[in-house]
Amino acid sequence: MELSGGQIVVQCLKDEGVEFLFGYPGGAVLHLYDAIFHQEDVKHILVRHEQGAVHSADAYARATGKPGVVLVTSGPGATNAVTGIATAYMDSIPMVIISGQVSTPVIGSDAFQEVDMIGITRPCVKHNFLVKNVADLAETIKKAFHIATTGRPGPVVVDIPKDITDPKIKIPYKYPKKVTMRSYNPAVKGHTGQIKKAVELLLSAQRPMIYAGGGVILGEGSKELIKLTQNLGYPITLTLMGLGAYPATDKQFVGMLGMHGTYEANMGMHESDVIIAIGARFDDRVTGKLAEFCPYAKIIHIDIDPASIAKTVKVDIPIVGEVKSVLKEMLDLIKDSSVKPNEKALAAWWKQIQQWRDVNCLEYDRDSNIIKPQYVIEQLYQVTKGDAIVTSDVGQHQMFAAQYYPFDKPRRWINSGGLGTMGFGLPAAIGVKLAFPDLDVACVTGEASIQMCIQELSTALQYKTPVKIINLNNRYMGMVRQWQEFTYESRYSHSYMDTIPDFVKLAEAYGHVGIQIDKPEQVRPALEQAFAMKDRTVFLDIITDRTENVYPMIEAGKAHHEMKLRVALGTSTDRELA
Amino acid sequence: MMRHIISILIENEAGALSRVAGLFSARGYNIESLTVAPTEDPSLSRMTLVTRGNDEIIEQITKQLNKLIDVVKLIDLVETPHVERELMLVKLKTTLETREEIKRTTDIFRGSIIDVTANSYVVEMTGPSDKLDAFVAAIDKDNIIEVVRSGTTGISRGEKGLHL
Ligand SMILES: Cc1cc2nc3c(=O)[nH]c(=O)nc-3n(C[C@H](O)[C@H](O)[C@H](O)COP(=O)(O)OP(=O)(O)OC[C@H]3O[C@@H](n4cnc5c(N)ncnc54)[C@H](O)[C@@H]3O)c2cc1C
Ligand SMILES: Cc1ncc(C[n+]2csc(CCOP(=O)(O)OP(=O)(O)O)c2C)c(N)n1
Ligand SMILES: [Mg+2]
Repeated sequence: MELSGGQIVVQCLKDEGVEFLFGYPGGAVLHLYDAIFHQEDVKHILVRHEQGAVHSADAYARATGKPGVVLVTSGPGATNAVTGIATAYMDSIPMVIISGQVSTPVIGSDAFQEVDMIGITRPCVKHNFLVKNVADLAETIKKAFHIATTGRPGPVVVDIPKDITDPKIKIPYKYPKKVTMRSYNPAVKGHTGQIKKAVELLLSAQRPMIYAGGGVILGEGSKELIKLTQNLGYPITLTLMGLGAYPATDKQFVGMLGMHGTYEANMGMHESDVIIAIGARFDDRVTGKLAEFCPYAKIIHIDIDPASIAKTVKVDIPIVGEVKSVLKEMLDLIKDSSVKPNEKALAAWWKQIQQWRDVNCLEYDRDSNIIKPQYVIEQLYQVTKGDAIVTSDVGQHQMFAAQYYPFDKPRRWINSGGLGTMGFGLPAAIGVKLAFPDLDVACVTGEASIQMCIQELSTALQYKTPVKIINLNNRYMGMVRQWQEFTYESRYSHSYMDTIPDFVKLAEAYGHVGIQIDKPEQVRPALEQAFAMKDRTVFLDIITDRTENVYPMIEAGKAHHEMKLRVALGTSTDRELA
Repeated sequence: MMRHIISILIENEAGALSRVAGLFSARGYNIESLTVAPTEDPSLSRMTLVTRGNDEIIEQITKQLNKLIDVVKLIDLVETPHVERELMLVKLKTTLETREEIKRTTDIFRGSIIDVTANSYVVEMTGPSDKLDAFVAAIDKDNIIEVVRSGTTGISRGEKGLHL
């Protein structure tokens, strides 16, 4: 088969099984778009801004586990994509981003719409390629998918100069079935000796804690994680990125940990004597003050990326390997071990955890006659029967969604954790809805975040992706305002907007349904109404309490046992181990 | 903070050098010197990078370098018996009175004079970096026109080597 470079790209995507290509055309990719015109296997989703394309593809990847694929033009198209690429990079999301580039003879001459995409994206991609020869195209694309989806996943950029896709130059095409790279061989299996030591330590624990993260979801290790947790009977906490890896409604789950984690999760970490970190990277939002992080614990750390291990926190037993395979080995060893978990110590530990749970750190004012954001999320959970895929933007609303919507399955909670990119939520919801047209998809957002990619409402209409936008409208950049309240004596410097659009009219202008509510009793019916409109995108503008804060909170420079609670507990750290 | 010599086998691809340099600047690691050239296999380059840091930093540096897709292998030479060499070219002002003295010092340091004009010498010298430092220190500062150094390269002793 003789194909031009443009046709080769499209054929490669077909051969790779790509379902959706999120993109936006321009001069440097016109040959490519012409090749797209002649086929229907790869569905092109025309976004309204390249950032939206990357977020949609990224969320598609988060929800399905398959790589997200993007096509943008050179110059401004490429730079518009960068925020999205960095977002995917920080959360280790498998993606392939194809960017157009000016023709090879003029590269470096400040040609029209030329930017050094390889240079710009180098620090925020797993790898990138500039294709300089049409004969290298197919193999490079294969390598891009291989790198993006194996080991610690991540975005890979393939920058393709216009002359490489020239329709006049045709070459024989064959998509490589496999690529091997001598310089890239990610570990799979963990070191057996280390795994043995880890199991011994785990079984010797008196106050154990399982701390799991996004790596369990990325590595499809949820089933093994559930088995491990339940076989051992140990408490488990999850990071923001790990939510759903273990069912949140199960009694062994003590909630999210970290800055806005639960009292029981953070106290449990602080007092624990053995912690096993599984696909989690000891982020600063999780550890708080490093010098006082888990002072009594020996730490086991399973991660596919050696660089995640001992980066911020020294660990006692590092295991480099894939979550799934390492956990399987651990489960076998635990089954065969003559040592069993220490029942007596565990009972005492659970008793202690119960005392922390009794603090009820997520309680809030349920009698308020102003809509509380927490209440909205609880009702969202009820109305969707806990079975929606929830995307979110960044801010207080994100934390409320994480705290009050218990996710029981992986890939149901789609948010930007590492980069914290406002504008992620709406395009993400569209990407998810394309992948799962039959599931309820809600985008929990704030009035500031939603405006950052609002143009994607138009994409949602064109591709009939009826998502429900839950806008927790507190008329503040709430998360910023909260920090200003706590650390800048309530000097609310530019954390609100003097003008906010009429979101109902705005939704209608884009061809959708807009509903605004401002009373608690309207919340349930409005949500029911929104989700009953199966084929409509609904923008629910919910006027919430302006002054609400996210609790608990570990403020900057504080440790796990120094949480700020909604109702202060005094200064005692409750260190009464039964 | 200990000095480390990280010797890297890397794909000889356009951009490979900038990935390494970019990693160091993005993560705030320091580079004292960096040399790079293709090996006997033209598809591979050998890079030698001198850096300083405590054990944790060096551990992160080697892990982050290994994570770069283009990096095939690397070793920290200071962890094994090794030899290191640097090449230096020094241009010196000379007068009738100073020529002999400079020639003698160069001989003592086993350097050679590779260019001579009426009033200048170019001295070529190789050796461990501290020997080159010592030579520069031994020469009267006012006579130095310019100093050009390659940065350290090194190789492990014995029959083992860094290869595919
Ligand atoms: C406003 C805001 C507030 C936040 N507050 C909190 C908070 O209170 N608590 C909190 O937890 N986070 C919080 N975050 C998120 C935080 O910034 C980090 O994104 C998050 O903690 C990282 O999660 P993680 O450790 O699970 O790592 P991820 O970023 O999900 O990384 C996954 C890790 O697993 C490894 N991995 C990947 N695949 C595999 C595999 N197959 N096998 C083994 N290992 C694998 C990777 O190498 C990596 O080390 C907040 C973010 C924002 C924006
Ligand atoms: C692109 C971007 N710019 C700035 C920030 C910093 N930031 C974090 S949260 C936040 C406020 C978000 O406000 P809103 O969307 O209304 O959510 P709320 O906190 O009020 O729920 C800001 C500005 C960010 N995370 N992303
Ligand atoms: Mg707000």
